[in-house]
Amino acid sequence: MRYIDPHAHMVSRTTDDYEKMALAGCRALTEPAFWAGYDRCSAEGFRDYFNQLTSIEPARARTYGIHHFTWLCINPKEAEDVGFAREVMQVIPEFLSRDNVLGIGEIGLNKNSKNELRILEEHLEIAAQQQSLVLVHTPHLEDKQKGTRLIMEAVRNQPSIDPGRVLIDHVEEHTVKEVLDGGFWGGMTLYPDTKCTAKRAADILETCGTERLWMNSACDWGPSNPLSVPTAALELRARGHHPEAIDHVIFKNPMAFLRQAPAFAQRAEDIDVGHLPE
Amino acid sequence: MNRLDTNQPRSQVIDRDFLEHRAKLIDLAAFLDRCERAEGTDDFRLKALRAAIPLLIDGQSERARRVLESFSDPSSEPIPQAPGKGASGAWGGPS
Repeated sequence: MRYIDPHAHMVSRTTDDYEKMALAGCRALTEPAFWAGYDRCSAEGFRDYFNQLTSIEPARARTYGIHHFTWLCINPKEAEDVGFAREVMQVIPEFLSRDNVLGIGEIGLNKNSKNELRILEEHLEIAAQQQSLVLVHTPHLEDKQKGTRLIMEAVRNQPSIDPGRVLIDHVEEHTVKEVLDGGFWGGMTLYPDTKCTAKRAADILETCGTERLWMNSACDWGPSNPLSVPTAALELRARGHHPEAIDHVIFKNPMAFLRQAPAFAQRAEDIDVGHLPE
Repeated sequence: MNRLDTNQPRSQVIDRDFLEHRAKLIDLAAFLDRCERAEGTDDFRLKALRAAIPLLIDGQSERARRVLESFSDPSSEPIPQAPGKGASGAWGGPS
């Protein structure tokens, strides 16, 4: 089995997790910028974080033969302070040309506030200017459906951004159809309690189809499992699905979306055939 | 549409998943008993949970979607200010 975990917060994980993922067949992963569990004190803290995402983590991943890519932003949990968020956004362009940067993410909304929406719109302007791919975080739990709709509206208000270059993550049964009907890609995050389980993700694939959908672990410092994508693959196999159909979901789909980013396209063939990162 | 068509017979689904979901149902029952033994009153989360339970046995399909929607904020306008960072799992009305 080979797979890509397109959303994994490896700064929060041990090297043991890299090894387990490699043993399970992980060829590549992508790591969006996210909330550290606390608010940073300064924009310089983000400069350090962006350096970690673009130099330290790729080196750790390379040790285990995994290609590492990243997305940059200030996450919506720290977007309520608009002035601070803008300071951080001024740092982002310095890093966008680094060779593992795919685009802007994970931007989005958390509590669906006006300030969060303003910062989302400003991130989308950067993405439009840079012609970057976009990875979007949708809110948690009771805020998800409303937030997903606000996010899709914000993207549609940027006519230069093609929905086919936007991945809307953390979809569940009440949001997945609207996301796909809007022409976006959808990501199913496999969490034990607060997002999709492997079984529910398999149900969604069986009822909504496999076009423009991927699965990810979003493993971080909270309850999460870095092996949740291969665990979901096992669930699909146990249901009798063909290995080629499973490969389509866990490898070819993320390849298709991610190779729209030049940084990924340059290494796509290596990832496809299993060459190790240089 | 490229579907992952399932050819599993219902008996196979039940064989694989019944015990897991039997256990989850008993956990839910025990949670409601535990809440009733504890002093105090239901809050908006427990009320939302009780309101969602009938959706499981109303004979209609897409139960997962409808349960998720029953916990969701039905409004459409952004709120003036984020009250914090966390989510509770059920909508408690306008903040």
